[in-house]
Amino acid sequence: MAFDYQPLWLSLQLAFITTILLMVIGIPLSSLLAFRTFRFKSVAEAVISLPLVLPPTVLGFYLLIAFSPNNFVGRFLQNHFDIRLVFSFPGLVVGSVIYSLPFMVHPLQAGFQSLPKALREASYSLGKSKIQTLLKVILPNMKPSLLTGIVLTFAHTIGEFGVVLMIGGNIPGKTRVASIAVYDEVESLNYHAAHIYSIVLLLVSFFILLFAYGLNKKFFKAGLNG
Amino acid sequence: MINISIRKKLMMAEGACDLVINTKIGTGELTAISGKSGAGKTSLLRMMAGFLKPESGFMKTEEEVWLDIENKIDLPVQKRNIGFVFQDPALFPNMTVKENLQYAAGKKGDKQFLNQLLEMVGLTSLADRKPAELSGGQQQRVAITRALARKPKLLLLDEPFAALDNEMRRYLREELLTLHRKFGLTTLLVTHDLSDIYYLADKVLVIDKGEIIKSGNPNQVFANNTIDGKVQLQGEVLNTYKSGVVYIVEILTGNTIMKLVVGEEEKNTLHPGMKVLVTSGAFEPVISLLS
Repeated sequence: MAFDYQPLWLSLQLAFITTILLMVIGIPLSSLLAFRTFRFKSVAEAVISLPLVLPPTVLGFYLLIAFSPNNFVGRFLQNHFDIRLVFSFPGLVVGSVIYSLPFMVHPLQAGFQSLPKALREASYSLGKSKIQTLLKVILPNMKPSLLTGIVLTFAHTIGEFGVVLMIGGNIPGKTRVASIAVYDEVESLNYHAAHIYSIVLLLVSFFILLFAYGLNKKFFKAGLNG
Repeated sequence: MINISIRKKLMMAEGACDLVINTKIGTGELTAISGKSGAGKTSLLRMMAGFLKPESGFMKTEEEVWLDIENKIDLPVQKRNIGFVFQDPALFPNMTVKENLQYAAGKKGDKQFLNQLLEMVGLTSLADRKPAELSGGQQQRVAITRALARKPKLLLLDEPFAALDNEMRRYLREELLTLHRKFGLTTLLVTHDLSDIYYLADKVLVIDKGEIIKSGNPNQVFANNTIDGKVQLQGEVLNTYKSGVVYIVEILTGNTIMKLVVGEEEKNTLHPGMKVLVTSGAFEPVISLLS
């Protein structure tokens, strides 16, 4: 039987899309948490951190219930947007975004908080808007945090199993990502394929992290010497 | 002329305190804001910049209303056209000296003006360096220059020399005065350093516990009355002792220790650590306490 590369490809796609979406969501969200105080902030922080401690199956179970066309959210999406999130790739993306949210938000929030307030204020006093300040001053000076957020989100999404299995199932070409494929192949006693998926996942994860630490070291040096 | 009338509740180390300021800042003047730490100096400056919002009051320049709480006007800091210099230089670490200035000036910025600024403060050779490569004094010079890159009319400085050594302090003081005059700025300087005030300020506001307790030119404010003397030196009493039939007071001014002869009564009012003004009149020196 020829080896099926589809699950690996699907894993990469899922991780890539999730990371992009989480950057878009994570930057404003974490800057809000870092710079503002508002009511129920602790509640918001607790909710964002939940995926860190919650068994992925629990999160997956609730998402499965919510997305089911028999329930309000699922029905609403199906009737108004013709979107069905259960057992579909878009459903995996939504699940992954929620599941990896703390991995993007926490490093970014720490990064935002580590920058002196005077940097922002100096930029405002020079007539620059909040967006200009964010893009030109804040983000370029927290590259290590950005990189950490991106890498952790990417790697964490690739390694995702429980949530994906619960809401995506195991549909080849659609929701059968590499981590699921490993499980599936082992179950069918097809150890050869399981080995290939596993070693690829292992190497990919290792090199992503190696790359990130290497780059962070460079940033650190650059910060000291210009 | 900037017309200020504001009230703001501040949380101080000793508890809550109302900052109540009613004053006018003269155009083209260099005004020093002085007072103990925690008196509300920085808060006043931050309210002028628009970083902090008072509970009531107004702030008006000749052309614009910056703040009028009653009429719900509060111009954001971006629109007040000010230059602000922090105690920490707060240079953008990702940009070179030149890029810091260019960012400040904006895309339509006057390149020639920036080069002129760099040259004036002797930073041309450092233009392509990142802030981390500069000394503390150089960084603060860049910060002052950057604050001027947008050609503001009002320059606000919050203890800009506090982290610098004496020599650098004197040097930057000189430079600030040159820039202030050259560009016809209205400048507000928060400082608790008497020599800054004497050297730089046209006018000084002394704030204590949220109120302006004195204002006027530095001589009027810090000497108890106007003294007409040929030389005035401010200094600190180091020591007093008896020598034969007279009493000697040692006073530190700058890096020099003066020994002056005083009477017993005067000796008893002078104690080590006191800030004093030594006025050398035509006949004999007069030592008066600075408050």
